[in-house]
Amino acid sequence: MGTNVIMPQMGESIAEGTVTKWLKKVGDKVERDEPLFEISTDKVDAEIPSPAAGILTRILVSENQTVEVNAVVAEIDGEGSALGAAIAAPQPARPSPAVSADVSPPAAGGVEPDAPSPASSALAEQKIRSSPLVRRLAKENDVNLAKVRGTGLGGRISKQDILGHIAERSAGTPPAASPPVPTAPAPKVFTGATEVVPMTPMRKQIAEHMTLSRRTSAHVTTVFEVEMTRVYDTRAQQAAEFERRNGLKLTFTPFFVRAVVEAIKQYPIFNASVDGDNVVYKRDMNVGIAVALDSGLIVPVVKRADEKNFLGVARAVTDLAERARAKRLSFDEVQGGTFTITNPGVFGSLFGTPIINQPQVAILGVGVIEKRAVVRGDAIAIRPMAYLALSFDHRVIDGAVADQFMVKVKAVLENWTEPVL
Amino acid sequence: MPVLTHLEAIRQGLWEEMERDPSVFLIGEDIAAYGGAFKVTQGLLEKFGADRVIDAPISESAIVGAAVGAALMGMRPVVEMQFMDFIACGFDQIVNMAAKIHYRWGPAVPMVIRGPSGAGVHGGPYHSQSNEMWFVHTPGLKVVVPATAYDAKGLIKAAIRDENPVIFYEHKFLYRRIKDETPEEDYVVPIGKARIAREGTDISVITYGAMVWTALEAAQELEKERISLEVIDLRSLLPYDEEAVLESVRKCNKVMLLHEDTRIGGFAGELAAVIAEKAFEDLDGPVVRITAPDTPVPFSPPLEEYFLPNARKVAEAARRLAVY
Repeated sequence: MGTNVIMPQMGESIAEGTVTKWLKKVGDKVERDEPLFEISTDKVDAEIPSPAAGILTRILVSENQTVEVNAVVAEIDGEGSALGAAIAAPQPARPSPAVSADVSPPAAGGVEPDAPSPASSALAEQKIRSSPLVRRLAKENDVNLAKVRGTGLGGRISKQDILGHIAERSAGTPPAASPPVPTAPAPKVFTGATEVVPMTPMRKQIAEHMTLSRRTSAHVTTVFEVEMTRVYDTRAQQAAEFERRNGLKLTFTPFFVRAVVEAIKQYPIFNASVDGDNVVYKRDMNVGIAVALDSGLIVPVVKRADEKNFLGVARAVTDLAERARAKRLSFDEVQGGTFTITNPGVFGSLFGTPIINQPQVAILGVGVIEKRAVVRGDAIAIRPMAYLALSFDHRVIDGAVADQFMVKVKAVLENWTEPVL
Repeated sequence: MPVLTHLEAIRQGLWEEMERDPSVFLIGEDIAAYGGAFKVTQGLLEKFGADRVIDAPISESAIVGAAVGAALMGMRPVVEMQFMDFIACGFDQIVNMAAKIHYRWGPAVPMVIRGPSGAGVHGGPYHSQSNEMWFVHTPGLKVVVPATAYDAKGLIKAAIRDENPVIFYEHKFLYRRIKDETPEEDYVVPIGKARIAREGTDISVITYGAMVWTALEAAQELEKERISLEVIDLRSLLPYDEEAVLESVRKCNKVMLLHEDTRIGGFAGELAAVIAEKAFEDLDGPVVRITAPDTPVPFSPPLEEYFLPNARKVAEAARRLAVY
């Protein structure tokens, strides 16, 4: 299927852009995200990556021609047209669903200084338009500019914007998300020394499933520490715009799904199952996301996660989690998982040693993302960190492979480059 | 308190200083019998006599040179340039003699060169210039540009009493258009001190001379749009009140620099540099200059109008800066 390449919107106030240079000719093969053409707008000059892989079949806008935002400038024949389509037809904003059983936001304590951005986010910060005064005020007041809504020209954060933000904050907005406290069950009233309560069907199923898994697989857990700076900053800076465009909260989960998908592509054994003496490799990467419910746990599945772009994954995750909590998942949506991500960090756990969701062969547990003192060079730095624990089935996966898989997951997260918008 | 025009205030200042100090005398073209091209010195000949109100031949170089000599001999000459455009003919005496003598040999050169400058009266390229920057770039001089009648009187008196050569710019457009209350009792306005012509909060407009009134007019118009301009009247350019400039920038965080002089090498450029050096982190928007374009002052009235900054141009620039 062909993909339309469109003139992207480089900032809210930009209505048109000029193609300044084509980096590919008609007939050239192009990779997804490979620089395709250069544009110049009122605000920025930029290199535009290809929304899809394939053959550049038509160039509709020649060099130095100016066209409106979202105009089709070229066509690519080949796979993976999702990104182009997503940009070309932004989804109408929907009321934002209340997602919370998701990878937890980093726990900050006390009266929130907006998380100061680590130095490595300098590049991303350039996208926030402000002024020397605003940047000084941000520094003095510990304000993360990504959280300030800009009302100046082109969304620039003005003096009024940041002063308003600071005033609002000191007026006592609710403290930053601390780990949600599970609703304490009502204290039990005992009539005798013990009381017998039959398991709910769900409880029974979980119990059977967990013991079956412990009996079946040779569980080993490996733990990696991952620096989340890039993901953390990307999320902080793009969350508002992401929500505005897509009607979705930008959570951490899609980042992990994307990272896992990339790692599975390299190590397909993690997308397999054991059948007697055979290992069954699966084409589709169906990533299950464990969602905690009051009454237990359910694992809806993002089907063919490898074929979805970031937005597609984010939308699927949000939708599934929402419906899991509303108990409106269909049977099909909790079946067919090939890999699972679980999130003990949501309540503050550093890491867990998750039990594999049979018949899968591995499960990734995401610990709490929080700022820690880490050593960088010979200095102690403050970085958002997370422990990722991978439980794998040692029957088919050896420790070395598991660690290589984790190295890849870690690399994707630490060097996050994929645009989320 | 009597209400005086800008011109009357200057005349009164001259009069009072001549009464106060017998070493003060006036020299210039047509200043005595005729009372000056703009009548600034009218009546002074009758009061102080031909020894102290001297009609000179048409040679600015000779007039300034004579004044420098007189100043070295303990007099306090006040030279009138018929138009400040003509000062170029006395340039060497000013920049190489008056400005440098104290630094080279030690004696003071207490003299004033005053005269009308500026456009807006269809005077054409030889009678309309704002050439103050020629002298602002000359260490050893002082350069004063009053906007109000009160300041014109207070500053001419301060200039006459100053031990340094002072170039005193009077804007001819203001001579008879601007009137304000001017005390009869003796007072001076210190050279080098700015004045807040109007307090505001959103944008600081730093200006001097006739443009102070332009800025105030724009400020009044913008008040209706809830854009609050602060207008700083520098009053002196050399030395100028850097602290007042920075204070206003730090308060409003946005700044427009306004002058009638042309753009390149204008005082706005100097102010912009200082603001960038010393108040960079106080800026919430670009430093904006509003000046005349880099051409001689046109003679054609429509072109002159196009050339000069006015309240409309200031307001437009302020609106753009306000939403930045």
